[in-house]
Amino acid sequence: MVDLSVNLSGLELDNPIIPASGTFGYGHDFAELYDINILGSFSFKGTTKDERFGNPTPRIAECEAGMINSVGLQNPGVDAVIADELPKLKKVFDKKVIANVGGFSIDEYVHTCALLDKEDQVGIIEVNISCPNVHGGGMSFGTNPSDAASVTEAVKKVTTKPVYIKLSPNVTDITEIAKACEASGADGISLINTLLGMRINLKTKNPVIANKMGGFSGKAIFPVALRMVYQVYEAVSVPIIGMGGVSSADDVIEMMLAGASAVQIGAANLVDPYVCRDIILALPDTMKKYGIDNLKNIIGGAH
Amino acid sequence: MKQSVFKILSNEKIADSVYRMVLKGDTSHITASGQFINIKLDGLFLRRPISVYDYDESTVTIIYKVVGVGTEQLSGMSEGELDILTGLGNGYTVSNDTKSALLLGGGVGVPPLYNLAKKLVAVGKTVTAVLGFNSKCDVFGEDEFSDLGVKTIITTADGSYGIKGFVTDAISEIEYDEFYTCGPEPMLKAVYDATSTSGQFSFEERMGCGFGACMGCSCKTKYGNKRICKDGPVLVKEEIIW
Repeated sequence: MVDLSVNLSGLELDNPIIPASGTFGYGHDFAELYDINILGSFSFKGTTKDERFGNPTPRIAECEAGMINSVGLQNPGVDAVIADELPKLKKVFDKKVIANVGGFSIDEYVHTCALLDKEDQVGIIEVNISCPNVHGGGMSFGTNPSDAASVTEAVKKVTTKPVYIKLSPNVTDITEIAKACEASGADGISLINTLLGMRINLKTKNPVIANKMGGFSGKAIFPVALRMVYQVYEAVSVPIIGMGGVSSADDVIEMMLAGASAVQIGAANLVDPYVCRDIILALPDTMKKYGIDNLKNIIGGAH
Repeated sequence: MKQSVFKILSNEKIADSVYRMVLKGDTSHITASGQFINIKLDGLFLRRPISVYDYDESTVTIIYKVVGVGTEQLSGMSEGELDILTGLGNGYTVSNDTKSALLLGGGVGVPPLYNLAKKLVAVGKTVTAVLGFNSKCDVFGEDEFSDLGVKTIITTADGSYGIKGFVTDAISEIEYDEFYTCGPEPMLKAVYDATSTSGQFSFEERMGCGFGACMGCSCKTKYGNKRICKDGPVLVKEEIIW
């Protein structure tokens, strides 16, 4: 018997597979397709203090082996998430969920995290300081170490749950940001968010996406994500949730060898809605193929 | 929604850049006219959402226009298998409280109205279809709609076939209790302004997933934010915000 279980700051997961925020809604849409209790956990749609419609459409552009999105943190707001989405989720998911939180000021992050701290269903709070699709907030906190540290410190004061900070790859040195978060009390680091990208329609000569630029994700970004997980693993000692272009059981093992304690799967869900389930089912045989009996033992194994 | 493999039975050109493809497979999750399927194509990251023209127990027929690399690739396939998500979108609701229905389709907005026309005729409604195209070389569907017992009127923007003008130029004499429409957004807006009864509009938007997960195709309505792929593509006239 192979052992797929992993541990994130005390939260025991049956396996390392976590659908990434923004590709899995609040879970119940996917629960219509398969029993989502097979998942290690999942990170719910980025939630902000107030309801947001997000950016104008078109919000999506296709790329070679990937896609660009500029959704802009559309969500019903934290009050509606707690009142409506979490009770709906409870009916279809018995495990702890990862609460992904977005914001435009430190006060907003604090407000949202303090409310989610009271929810039993939430196992980890994942603070997104890296959304490339909102102006005047989000990613700006994730592009300099002192701002990242301030958000981390402020959020840690209002919750006893593990806090993971989700980092942007759109920086000069991601390890500096990761170290600042760790020093300010982050329990873990999630990386990477999407890479800022764009496409232009050759017929109209205009950007494909209404907001012009968006976040590039999908299979194509896997080597970049893997490299950054590898670098951050050498820079910090807290657990890492690795993500970016993961779309197979082989990718999961590669990401864990680079230093991830668990792995999120994003864009692949949008193309193959069963991909997380299928990867979990494929992991035991893939582990055997590479002579692995316990996934926990391979974390950072490539260093 | 269901993910399954369909076999291509046929794929023929029926108008300028427009193809009809018949696929064999499990259609049990297609529950309403106006729904769409989402097709995976080799080498392309995103699936291609295409509306259902017609379906039965074992086949689904789509009519699509070549507009980019995905539909170009699809148009070249005469055999083989495709990975398809079926049963996507809400589709049209066939109401029981009206007697006559008007269908307004523009270009590749015509296909989702065909299976709907069948269902409306089956419940005993008098159905009129106004199908609009740019030019004679783009026209398709006239015989197929007529064969259902639907009074079918064709319009072309350049006047090369049927009535010259847009679909809204052909409806002043038609009596109807309700309407159903699909086409490019400027046409839908014109239909909205030119009609006085209630009606159902099928919208198009660039999609990521096609099944409600990514929020790529959201729109604002009077009934709140909706996802075109999952809460739509059909919206009722009363909720639309232009």
